Amino acid sequence: MRVTVTVVRRPEIADPEGTTVKRALHDLGFTDASEVRMNRVIHLEIGGDDEGEVRSRVEQMCRQLLANPVLEDFEIEVLG
Amino acid sequence: MRTAVVVFPGSNCEQDVVRAIDTLGGEATLVWHRETDLSDFDGVILPGGFAHGDALRTGAIARFSPVMAEVTRLAETGVPVLGVCNGFQILCEAGLVPGALIANRDLSFICRLVDVEVVDTDTVLTRAATLGQILRIPLNSYEGSWVDPSQSGRVALRYVGDPNGSQERAAAVSNRTGNVVGVMPHPERASDTMLGSVDGLVLLEGFLRSLVPA
Repeated sequence: MRVTVTVVRRPEIADPEGTTVKRALHDLGFTDASEVRMNRVIHLEIGGDDEGEVRSRVEQMCRQLLANPVLEDFEIEVLG
Repeated sequence: MRTAVVVFPGSNCEQDVVRAIDTLGGEATLVWHRETDLSDFDGVILPGGFAHGDALRTGAIARFSPVMAEVTRLAETGVPVLGVCNGFQILCEAGLVPGALIANRDLSFICRLVDVEVVDTDTVLTRAATLGQILRIPLNSYEGSWVDPSQSGRVALRYVGDPNGSQERAAAVSNRTGNVVGVMPHPERASDTMLGSVDGLVLLEGFLRSLVPA
């Protein structure tokens, strides 16, 4: 099954890269971009056809490796 | 007294560490990251570099190198463990030192001598230094800004000034018991007058003094 994981830095943790991109957008006139966060998207291909099982496997992957629990949360989307 | 200096694929400061320890009369041995038994060693140093190419996050892959289970075991029994720069990042990923390292506030790779103040002498890194002592040591990092939402890390060295946005201006942080320390600037690169400073020696001297026979 195809799965997309989005690793999101928690709002209270600084994101210097997002801040820099936001500044550039403002310089280009996109001053309505009030918040820019640089998340990480990971595409996975996982064996198995039970969506619940695949989701729980990916959740384990996120907790162990893909996300840093000190800084980040994660969202899992099973695309089927 | 023997110190293991762990070499990961992508480490690049291991020889500097060995040389600096040698300058102080200590014995340091390079150990490949696949080693799983360090019971003959009295202390461990994780050197700087780009372990596993910094894939995913700095230290995220190295933290699962086979050697790390042994480093964790030793750390938990009180053995001195020091991580320099990338080694600091690995210790954070492994949960042996609280917090995490993120990109410097100004997104610049900082490569220059910085001044740090000794603010805790009860760690394996700072044991031989005196409280309030100012040391000049090279900083050489991009992901050098320490954050610790748990606020449980003990700051051992604090930047004079604020080069990278590190929480509490921390340049070195220890675990609760002070036997595991991560330091962002490189003490081993301030170990010879030819290098512009010898201020790192008092830190490595503290580490060597902390070793007790295995």
